[in-house]
Amino acid sequence: MIRVALPYHLRNLAHVGKEVELHVDAPITIGAVLDAVEDRYPMLRGTIRDHVTHQRRDFIRFFAGGQDLSHQPPDTPLPASVVKGEEPFRVVGAMAGG
Amino acid sequence: MSGVRVLVGTRKGAFILTSNEKRKRWKVSGPHFAGWEIYHLNGSPADPDRLYASQSNGWFGQIIQRSSDGGQTWETPGGGPETGPDGLPRGESNKFVYEGEVGTHQWFDGSQRPWEFKRVWLLKPSLTDPDTVYAGVEDAALFRSSDGGASWQELPGLRAAKGHLWQPGAGGMCLHTILLDPANPDRIFVAISAAGAFRTDDGGQTWRPINTGLKSPYELPDADADVGHCVHSLAMHPSRPGTLFMQKHWDVNRSDDAGDSWHEVSGNLPTDFGFPIAVHAHEPETIYVVPIKSDSEHYPPDGQLRVYRSRSGGNEWEALTKGLPQKDCYVNVLRSALAVDTLESCGVYFGTTGGQVYVSADSGDSWSAIVHDLPPVLSVEVQTLP
Repeated sequence: MIRVALPYHLRNLAHVGKEVELHVDAPITIGAVLDAVEDRYPMLRGTIRDHVTHQRRDFIRFFAGGQDLSHQPPDTPLPASVVKGEEPFRVVGAMAGG
Repeated sequence: MSGVRVLVGTRKGAFILTSNEKRKRWKVSGPHFAGWEIYHLNGSPADPDRLYASQSNGWFGQIIQRSSDGGQTWETPGGGPETGPDGLPRGESNKFVYEGEVGTHQWFDGSQRPWEFKRVWLLKPSLTDPDTVYAGVEDAALFRSSDGGASWQELPGLRAAKGHLWQPGAGGMCLHTILLDPANPDRIFVAISAAGAFRTDDGGQTWRPINTGLKSPYELPDADADVGHCVHSLAMHPSRPGTLFMQKHWDVNRSDDAGDSWHEVSGNLPTDFGFPIAVHAHEPETIYVVPIKSDSEHYPPDGQLRVYRSRSGGNEWEALTKGLPQKDCYVNVLRSALAVDTLESCGVYFGTTGGQVYVSADSGDSWSAIVHDLPPVLSVEVQTLP
C-alpha cells in the first residue's frame, strides 16, 4: 500500500486522518498516486491539481525521500521508500503565511 | 414560532445565526469550514433547509458545499466515491471550466488577458427548484448547476456581451450579483465589476448590457460607454421586478424599465461611494445603502457607521445611527453583506470587515450587534423561517 500524507485542510475535506493508504498499480509514479487519491476521494479533485490540465496548483508541493518532487513530471517514479510503504508521499501546502 | 436564520460568510469560515421573530436572543453556530474563505452562502427559497456555500482559499482553490438540513451538516456534492454515467468518479462540484475558447478580457492597463477561473463569489439558488443554483464567478462568468451543485455548466452567452471590454475592479473581475425575476423565469439580471449590468430574456442563452444612463467619468474614456462601469451591487423588490436599484462606484442609480435606462438617485448622500444596496421587504420604495468615504479610503465618513435609508426610492436619504458606532469606526461593509428578512416588522442586517453583524428589527430605526468579533465579514444572507 502507498501511504499519502495530506495537509490539514484536505484531510478535513476528505474526512480522513493525517495519512491515507491506497493501492496503486505499478509503476508507482507521482501521477499514478495522485490519480489514486482523486479516485478514492473525489472531493479532492481540483484541490491539488487542475481538473483539466492536471497541472499542480501553485501553492502545492510534493515531497518524498527527502526530495522536493514538485517540479518533476507526473511519470516520475517515486522512491523505493514510498513504494515499500516505509514513508508517505507528502502533499504539502506551500509555506506562504507570516 | 417564526424566526430567522442569518448566513454569514467570513474570511475564516461560515457562521449561522438564528433567532425567533423578536430577533433579540441569538444562537451562533460555527465556524463551519474553519480557516477557509467563505465568500457566500445562501439558501433555497424553494426549500429553506437546502443551503449552498462557496468555500475557497489560495492553496486548494474552490470548493462547493451543500447542506440539506439548514446548515447542521454539509457535504461536497458528488464528492463521495460515486461514479457518473461514464463510470468515472464525479467529484466535479468544484469544476468550473469556461465553455469553448477561453478568450480574453481587458486588463487594468487596457491590454488583453485570458480568462482564468479564481473563485465563486455568489451562489443564487433557483426560486422554484432546490437543485438548480447559479454561481457568479471570478473571472466574471455565470455558471448553472441543475443537479444540486454536483456539476456546473457556463452560460457562455454572457461573456459574448462584449466580454473583451470588461476589466477587473479592485476586488477582481467578479460576477457578484444575480437577480432572478420572480415574474419571468427567463429573465435574469447580473452585475460585474468592472463591466456593468447585463440582462437575459431567454433563460441565459443571450445577454445584453443594460448600462444606458450610467456615467463613469473618471474610469472610462467615454463616460457613457456601453460596458466598463464599476457596478457594486443591484437590488430588486420581488413585487416590482422591473424596478432596479444600483450602488455603483460613483453613485446610486435607479431603473424603472428593467435596466433599459438608469438615472442617478444619490441625492443628499454624504458620499457617492459604497458597496451594498437593499430594498425593504414590504416597502418597494424603501432602500438602504451604506456610504463609504471614497474608493481611496474605504471606511465610513468621519468614523461614523451610518446606514442611509430612502423611503422615496432614492434622492432623499436619512441617516440611521441609533445603536451604531458614531466615532472611531473604520470598518467597511462589503457588497454582499447587507440583507433583509421578510418578517412583519422588516429586519435589516449587515456585516462589517471588523467582524460585527448588526441587526435592526424595526426597518433600520435602531440597531444592535448580534456578534462583535467574527473574522472580517464577506457576505450576509437572511432566511425567514416559518
